Amino acid sequence: MDLLFNIQVWDSTIRLATPLLLACLAGLFSERSGIFDIGLEGKMLAAAFMSAAVAYTSGSVWVGLLAGIGASLALSLLHGLASITFRGNQLISGVAINFLAAGLTVVVAQSWFAQGGRTPQLAGAARFEQIELPFASAVADVPFIGPIYADLISGHTILVYFALLCVPATWWLLYRTRFGLRLRAVGENPAAVDTAGVSVIGLRFSAVMICGVLCGIAGAYLATGLQAGFTKDMTAGRGYIALAALIFAKWRPWYALSATILFGYLQAIALRPDLIESSFGFEIQGQLLDALPFIMTVVILAGFVGKAIPPRAGGEPYVKER
Amino acid sequence: MSDIAPAIELKGISKAFGPVQANKDIAIRVMPGTIHGIIGENGAGKSTLMSILYGFYKADKGEIFIGGKKTVIPDSQAAIAAGIGMVFQHFKLVENFTVLENVILGAEDGAMLRPSLAKARRELKALAEEYGLHVEPDAVIEDIGVGMQQRVEILKALYRRADILILDEPTGVLTPAEADQLFRILERLREEGKTIILITHKLREIMEITDTVSVMRRGEMTATVKTAGTNPAKLAELMVGRKVLLRVDKAPAKVGNKVLEVRDLNITDNKGVHRLKGVSFNVRAGEILGIAGVAGNGQSELLEVLGGYEKATGEIVVNGQKIDLTGRNSDGQSRRARGIAHVPEDRQREGLIMDFFAWENMVFGYHRDPKYQRNRLLMDNAAIKEDAAGKMERFDVRPPDPFLQAKSFSGGNQQKIVLAREMERDPDLLLIGQPTRGVDIGAIEFIHQQIIALRDQGKAILLVSVELEEILSLSDRIAVMFDGKMMGERLPADTDEKELGLMMAGMTKGEAA
Repeated sequence: MDLLFNIQVWDSTIRLATPLLLACLAGLFSERSGIFDIGLEGKMLAAAFMSAAVAYTSGSVWVGLLAGIGASLALSLLHGLASITFRGNQLISGVAINFLAAGLTVVVAQSWFAQGGRTPQLAGAARFEQIELPFASAVADVPFIGPIYADLISGHTILVYFALLCVPATWWLLYRTRFGLRLRAVGENPAAVDTAGVSVIGLRFSAVMICGVLCGIAGAYLATGLQAGFTKDMTAGRGYIALAALIFAKWRPWYALSATILFGYLQAIALRPDLIESSFGFEIQGQLLDALPFIMTVVILAGFVGKAIPPRAGGEPYVKER
Repeated sequence: MSDIAPAIELKGISKAFGPVQANKDIAIRVMPGTIHGIIGENGAGKSTLMSILYGFYKADKGEIFIGGKKTVIPDSQAAIAAGIGMVFQHFKLVENFTVLENVILGAEDGAMLRPSLAKARRELKALAEEYGLHVEPDAVIEDIGVGMQQRVEILKALYRRADILILDEPTGVLTPAEADQLFRILERLREEGKTIILITHKLREIMEITDTVSVMRRGEMTATVKTAGTNPAKLAELMVGRKVLLRVDKAPAKVGNKVLEVRDLNITDNKGVHRLKGVSFNVRAGEILGIAGVAGNGQSELLEVLGGYEKATGEIVVNGQKIDLTGRNSDGQSRRARGIAHVPEDRQREGLIMDFFAWENMVFGYHRDPKYQRNRLLMDNAAIKEDAAGKMERFDVRPPDPFLQAKSFSGGNQQKIVLAREMERDPDLLLIGQPTRGVDIGAIEFIHQQIIALRDQGKAILLVSVELEEILSLSDRIAVMFDGKMMGERLPADTDEKELGLMMAGMTKGEAA
């Protein structure tokens, strides 16, 4: 089974899963607080563009990353304003953000760089470099463990490691801290939080902001880590796949890791039709593999594999009542 | 009065929502260590007043004194800090959290959870011993009963060091036994020096447990009296503003032919549970058959079958003709066409569409009536609205405005809308479930009168209610259901609450003795 034991496939799985994981955790924070966010896609896209544009202009990827986070945060703020402050419909606000980002990034890119809605290629310090972990080359020749350490674990950009660290961090924040307790509570029953004397609006805004930061990092990773520059619609539905992963993960951090790795793996093998053919003896359409995350989500939602219960107050603006 | 400062004193509290004056110049003194009842009909402004006290609303005018000190309460945080704890009618608990997590929510000791949880566990144990409030700290809220959930709410308040406990309609969701337990807890809290404000519209509770009672009517505090020096009739009069008949006056029934005959009705639900077990009975013209029973013993299913939205085996005969139980004519429309009108048990889910206007709600089920059609394509909305306005007038729906959404009426008025729709169709048989659940005294009197009036017109009425008192005062015959079976029939004159209570628990007189 080349498909399962090919180190390159797993290597690209990790690369491809990283933006999904960051976006999925972003969505987890937002939705756990009761704010549905289908604007993950738009926020990632805006962040991808801003990070690439600013990284190119400034020559520093770190400045680019900050700009990307800033762009994503601005859209998060918009979503928060629409859905928390003005109690608007969260789905409509999210869709609006996706359209806004899809259009605006290309328009601004064209007027800024005049390269047909993309940014120039990034190189050198304008990209995140792959980090060689200590002793990676030394142990590379050790059988089995060597390649795993040298190729799979070592040699990624810092954002990949950050994303992986986010999983235990999110778990810890959610289940071990006061903030996490309140966050989970506000997504289940905001009235309970309100009557306990805690601000529902404050909690939800902080969740939406965390979501913005994580989406920003995910977008920046796409444009400055995975690729070298911004291209039109480069998120390619990753925001939606992350949402699918979130449902798949039943809104839990560790499950989110497995779900995004699974979906990342599907994306990775879609890039290697040769391996699929050698494993199964026939060709599988790449499109079918691209569609698999969504098909699996539908199966999950239909209740075939356990139950996925979203936060109970999700999607509902909070109105004080007697 | 004595020179002890009142636990709570309100002076000149006023609050308006748009044109509606919910609270008008309210003054009240609640003495420490007492149970103070606030009684009033639905919409009298009790809940608004308490929401002001708990910082949910800001009063337009007026002052609040807690323990003699002037206090401003801009939000719930301030109310909690002032020692006020509130147990809402609809619990404010996070359903998938444990008891412990719910208790500490918002009152954690630091950024980390573990120490807070450990401390709460110790304190909960102490509180449980002090007040007899035992709960399992690690139980998840959705797995425990409503009585337990209410204890959690009380514990939440005590954990926050509340000295003043406000309970809003606390017995609405409780069984009689649970309500008794609650009252025992409240008495214990009073012994320990806590001040309790009990908001309710049930006279019996006020008489049973309060020391002092304040009456509210239409946003005003009309009286505050010592409970020992008053009686239910006086309180009812103060609440409604006129004399109220607490008992129903009715002439003996003039019974005619059998209108409804039910034979050997059985339902097995999709989980395989036998919901109705060979139920048989009949209802004659000009009489009310009351079906008593604890909720969940098959009465709901019985009404659903008769109303045409549940399938069953057996035989139902109306006016001598069999009714289609499973085929294509087994729907509610066909039942209505046969002269069966139905006031469902849950008016908010089955009787009304809460977001629709009153006039729209008043035509549901009868919207195919030719008199509401302009032509083959369009409905005659003008006729429907005019019709609705007339019905609302006759059934004293307040306000009589067909252009208000159903949800903006009080419970009693919502019920009157459903009753007006069904009764004005002049049915041969009226099915009516829980006619006065969540309805205030004034409206109860009116609704009971309407039911009796329909009976006196020679109609057959099947009344299902969990309120034994209601069954006893309205019915001409009483049947008791237990576990999907008919336990037997009694005449109201030959029985009492005790015997019916035993039958409702599945025992016949012989077994109990």
